[in-house]
Amino acid sequence: MKRFAALLDGLLLTPSRNGKLRLLREYFAATPDPDRGWALAALTAELSLPEVKPSRIRDLAVERVDPVLLRWSWDFVGDLAETVALLWPVAPGRATDGDAPSPDGGPSPRLVVVVERLRSATRAEAPALLAELLDALDSSGRYALLKLVTGELRVGVSARLAKIALAELAAPHGIALDEVEEVWHGLAPPYGGLFEWIEGRAPRPAVAERARFRPLMLAQPIEEDELVSLDPAAYRAEWKWDGIRVQLVAGEGVAHVYSRSGDEIGGAFPEIVAALRFDAVLDGELLVGRDGVPAPFGDLQQRLNRKTVSRKLAEELPAFVRVYDILFDGGEDLRALAFAERRDRLVAWFDRVRPERLDLSPLVPFRDWDELRALYAGVGPGAIEGLVLKRADSPYVAGRPKGPWFKWKRGPVLIDAVLMYAQRGSGKRSSYYSDYTFGVWKDGALVPVGKAYFGFSDDELLQLDRWIRSHTVAKHGPVREVARELVLEVACDGLQRSTRHRSGLAMRFPRIHRIRWDKPAAEAERLETLERIVEKAAAGARA
Amino acid sequence: MRPPDAWLRTTPAGLRVEPGGFVIDPIAPVERALVTHAHGDHARPGSRHVLATAETLAIMRARYGDDAYRQGQAAAPGETIAIGGVAVRLVPAGHVLGSAQVVLEHGGVRVVVTGDYKRRRDPTCAPFELVRCDVLVTEATFGLPVFRHPDDRAEIARLLASRAAFPERAQLVGVYALGKCQRVIALLREAGYERPIYLHGALVALCDLYRAHGVELGELRHATGVARSELAGEIVLAPPGALADRWTRRLPDPVVALASGWMRIRQRARQRGVELPLVISDHADWDELNATIADSGAAEIWVTHGREEALVHQASELGLAARALGLTGFEEEGS
Repeated sequence: MKRFAALLDGLLLTPSRNGKLRLLREYFAATPDPDRGWALAALTAELSLPEVKPSRIRDLAVERVDPVLLRWSWDFVGDLAETVALLWPVAPGRATDGDAPSPDGGPSPRLVVVVERLRSATRAEAPALLAELLDALDSSGRYALLKLVTGELRVGVSARLAKIALAELAAPHGIALDEVEEVWHGLAPPYGGLFEWIEGRAPRPAVAERARFRPLMLAQPIEEDELVSLDPAAYRAEWKWDGIRVQLVAGEGVAHVYSRSGDEIGGAFPEIVAALRFDAVLDGELLVGRDGVPAPFGDLQQRLNRKTVSRKLAEELPAFVRVYDILFDGGEDLRALAFAERRDRLVAWFDRVRPERLDLSPLVPFRDWDELRALYAGVGPGAIEGLVLKRADSPYVAGRPKGPWFKWKRGPVLIDAVLMYAQRGSGKRSSYYSDYTFGVWKDGALVPVGKAYFGFSDDELLQLDRWIRSHTVAKHGPVREVARELVLEVACDGLQRSTRHRSGLAMRFPRIHRIRWDKPAAEAERLETLERIVEKAAAGARA
Repeated sequence: MRPPDAWLRTTPAGLRVEPGGFVIDPIAPVERALVTHAHGDHARPGSRHVLATAETLAIMRARYGDDAYRQGQAAAPGETIAIGGVAVRLVPAGHVLGSAQVVLEHGGVRVVVTGDYKRRRDPTCAPFELVRCDVLVTEATFGLPVFRHPDDRAEIARLLASRAAFPERAQLVGVYALGKCQRVIALLREAGYERPIYLHGALVALCDLYRAHGVELGELRHATGVARSELAGEIVLAPPGALADRWTRRLPDPVVALASGWMRIRQRARQRGVELPLVISDHADWDELNATIADSGAAEIWVTHGREEALVHQASELGLAARALGLTGFEEEGS
């Protein structure tokens, strides 16, 4: 438990992705089975323990400490699990606080013992067992334990990051990330076979075929002027819908909605899971909206990164999947077929099955690139993110092969906005003002329209930092308000209506494109111009 | 026992000893001040007459120059000074160099004002001395049961482990200039760390002063002007306020550490962008605060600053008369 607790503390406080990867690699390399497997399960939300509600944890604490002191401590610390971890009284002769996080020593029980005891406990038994375990752990261990039983690690590690760490450990044995991802969902914690395999001590584990996630085929980016090098007759075109890519796996009692990295997201989209009453593996775009009209990405975002969804939200923003491709029809693997053949099979499958909450992403017929360009120009930057070009003869292969599939995104929307506020970044950028809020004019005043913290070079960052320090007009805590003099050319992938922003608009993926040292602030964009772009986009989505 | 309310009163300037006509740690200049220790929120410049330990007077002079005070009176260890019918004695508080508790006796009542204190061993200052009393006037900076400071040697071991794990990076440790800085250096030396330790310019003067008072700190160097590559794998100390400052850009990809009792709370560390929180405090933790209340034998507890309400509650639960004084002007930074 000591190692696992130290890992969680490290992950919580290490800002950089590489730093987190290093901690994960070191932990997996140095920790024995099955502890590391249970840790992996906990980090990737695959560990199910009897849930202990925060109110039960508070009750347990009140049996040991004065409720008034608990209340004030909680107010001060802000997080119940951390509060209880810190003030849980140390039983005489048991783990003392602040032991150096040495991986070997101490009376601390192993993670496997903690997990196995919790797993075999009933919901009713869990609180008493929890109290007994809290007595045996030091404060870091208690924190880790409470985070485990409340199911909220929140250490900034996605399932994907954990898989990347595993793949890095596996690399010396010639095992790639997509192989790890493919095997992943067929395995159950504590993943003994997986670790043996990535350490080169055992063959690849056999996994149940049906429930498995198959790594997605991705498209290479292409620029408009590169199109001429391609033969238009060899390609098919499809709209690139602005949702999230998913894989639907259904049949023989399984129903999974996997994200592009293989994370199960079905819990947040129960209406999709309920509609998976067929036997196939499909590739598509998850969208929200009504009558087949996709809502802006911002609406979908409200339903992402949740474990469950409220009925109200599911009714307000119903989800559907626009299907691009078919990988399996029943038990038949179609991935080796050419795209054109798979497409025919997909159309036939739709006719036969008539699935609910699924529709078919239409092909966009064209004769030559000019015609496609003209079609594309007719839609605004709304629900459509771009076009995908697929070679008619391309089989479905995992990863991002060069040549068969291209994504063609139009240039970004560029907006000249005025820098209003700046904040320091984190990690390496903690001494630089690197987070910028910018606005556009409305009735002679600036209205903030977005925030961006990348897109500039290191040199430009240095210049901006210097400019901000010398043009600060007010400080609001960590935020500097600057003179309204500097124009930033901001690039974004689209503009949408938003009730959460004062301007009524939200930018999709904004970044600093250029610093317009030359442009007077008065010549920056006006809010009306942005509103017109939104209207055009909305019209395009309906078209 | 007659409560000392008649002669020991809370005033806007601070805790005033009426018969002696002096204020303890006044927040504004007064005619006569008694200063427990030289941290900026306890020792402010401008009072006319200041009674303090010799070390505290020296630090005030170093920090404030001629503004420190017009007339300084050094209280020798154990010396009892009679001021307006009050017997005054300063005894070590174990907080920083020169820090003192104030023992006041008047009308048959003994009051101890702890000032800031800790009860753990600190190689850079005299250890806390327990004085039994009728009324204990205590601080409560860490007056919540979530604050239990670990063994400082284990914290130093974590700093050295981080240095070993990242030989290409500098270890940048935020330390308060007075006390924490020198204690961290001395603890590193005790742990067998013999390399030069690099300092932000704001820390140099007080390190020199500690050395002049006989505290061994080993080889110290200015970090300013040293090539970035030379600082890889080195330990660099800077004031907490400089951790996110432009100054840090001279360091090779620093691991940001902060030595403070507040680092016990993960979210505090996270908010400040601290990668390596070192829970090293110069204040009493919850257990020490309570132990001191018990050990003092005091029947009445007055709480000066910090999380007063919790400590007052706890003392009341134990059947003691307890109250918060509501003094203002004391800061949390660097505790």
